[in-house]
Amino acid sequence: MALDKTTVANIAFLARLDVPQDQQEALAGELSGILTWIEQLGEVDTQDVAPMTCVADLALAWREDVITDGGYPARVLANAPEQLDGCYVVPKVVE
Amino acid sequence: MTYRIQGETGSWEVVIGLEVHAQVISASKLFSGASTTFGAEPNTQVSLVDAALPGMLPVINGVCVEQAVRTGLALRAKINHRSIFARKNYFYADLPQGYQISQYEQPIVGEGKLVLDMPDGSSRTVGIERLHLEQDAGKSMHDQHPTRSLIDLNRAGVALMEIVSRPDMREPEEAGAYLRKLRSILRYIGTCDGNMEEGSMRCDVNVSVRPEGETELRTRCEVKNVNSVRFVMQAIEAEASRQVQVWESGAEVKQETRLFDPSKGETRSMRSKEHAHDYRYFPDPDLLPLEFDEDFVDRVRQSLPELPDDKKERFITDYGLTPYDASVLVVDRESADYFEAVAQGRDGKTAANWVINNLFGALAKAGHSVADSPVSAAALGKLLDLMASDVINGRIAKDVFDVMIGTGGDPEAIVEERGLRQVTDTGAIEAAIDAVIAANPGKADEVRGGKEKLLGWFVGQVMKATGGKANPGLVNDILKSRLLGG
Repeated sequence: MALDKTTVANIAFLARLDVPQDQQEALAGELSGILTWIEQLGEVDTQDVAPMTCVADLALAWREDVITDGGYPARVLANAPEQLDGCYVVPKVVE
Repeated sequence: MTYRIQGETGSWEVVIGLEVHAQVISASKLFSGASTTFGAEPNTQVSLVDAALPGMLPVINGVCVEQAVRTGLALRAKINHRSIFARKNYFYADLPQGYQISQYEQPIVGEGKLVLDMPDGSSRTVGIERLHLEQDAGKSMHDQHPTRSLIDLNRAGVALMEIVSRPDMREPEEAGAYLRKLRSILRYIGTCDGNMEEGSMRCDVNVSVRPEGETELRTRCEVKNVNSVRFVMQAIEAEASRQVQVWESGAEVKQETRLFDPSKGETRSMRSKEHAHDYRYFPDPDLLPLEFDEDFVDRVRQSLPELPDDKKERFITDYGLTPYDASVLVVDRESADYFEAVAQGRDGKTAANWVINNLFGALAKAGHSVADSPVSAAALGKLLDLMASDVINGRIAKDVFDVMIGTGGDPEAIVEERGLRQVTDTGAIEAAIDAVIAANPGKADEVRGGKEKLLGWFVGQVMKATGGKANPGLVNDILKSRLLGG
């Protein structure tokens, strides 16, 4: 599968990665190479194989509905670049 | 009556589907042990899982799973014993993970249905496409600072049920009925408090239009986060009219996310959501498939209360109510229980009339709910007994009821204290009648001459003379025999 420059620019935007225009062409080539390599898997016959969502044959562990966590706003905000009144502060995002 | 929009080129049909996000009632969040209580100080109910710090892993809350299954059963839906959590990727400041843990291809609940109770007493069925579990996002506050937004993650990670309807609705009124009914069911079974104003139930509306008679669906628009039943109905009208204008101008409606502005009564495009449908879903590698057996589903099923539809049927059959009255009474459990307590051992229709027409009206006026009604079901029952045993008549009963609403008093005591007992003493009534006839000889002659309509006037005069306490049946009988000799 070949990716073009526009697709690469779109993926970069969705992931909020800053990929300069002059690198997009090269990245498109590299990503296409990876996808083509992965596509070899298509050669395997999976007719009677159930889709796999996880490697281990385990069931999901359930938790009791009790409050066991929280109550430490200072720890939660410790890495925030900016904070005010106990909140994270971010550039204004509003419609 | 079918709802149509009259355009310049003809008549247009509106097609509506609703996506409701209902906050699950649970003590802790879907994947963390932080509290879900509303209104706490910012970021005090946030675990490191909710803040998406590196290396933190989600563990599912069993009660949230139960709540989703309970809701699925109440919607008569298919319960999937195996479902998968997926990551829905999008970038926003109140979503610290950069993705929402949701369910995509294999949700916990599949197809079901919801029966709408329309205001005219009729019923319609709307298909439910699916219900899945997902995380709520945090809260952004844009009005606290001139150039910055503040983020509180207390709500981040709280469990939501996204309930998706089929595009089965054709008019705003149906969308309103759908939301009211869904809210009623969620409250009955205790899986969501249904409070749209506080945001514990939120609604996205999918609207498209097509010329009457066309069978294909045209492009739809999604109107996001409409937060009351009334606004949902207004948003549909506004958006449908806009789409009709777009088509009729020769252009095409393009699929997009829009916002409803209630103050202007119009919808507008949300540019920021242009990429919104590019979510790049994939199975969440942090979570194994969610599995449970039929025994689990049975246990949940046994915990279900009688549902509104079943209760409505029972009220119609057991108490002889009309479908409309029954649907009004079963909207919430408190009203239904109250009615049943009043109706127990009494005439069901009379009980329904008093609860719906007198009690609900008086409560609304006084700003009370059924739960804190000043008149208990037992007291209202006693009042109906006083009427049934002819101690008081219907008119006096209304006066006594007004006193009860004001003071919470006992009806028997009120009747005794105020001397409201119905006059059934024939002698006293005859005396009053004779006095009225003597005072109005002309009118009496008219009745004798065949103008029987005037009898009603005489009944009124006699009731007035006896302070409303005379037994109206007796008054009628005696008047007739006096004036018509019958």
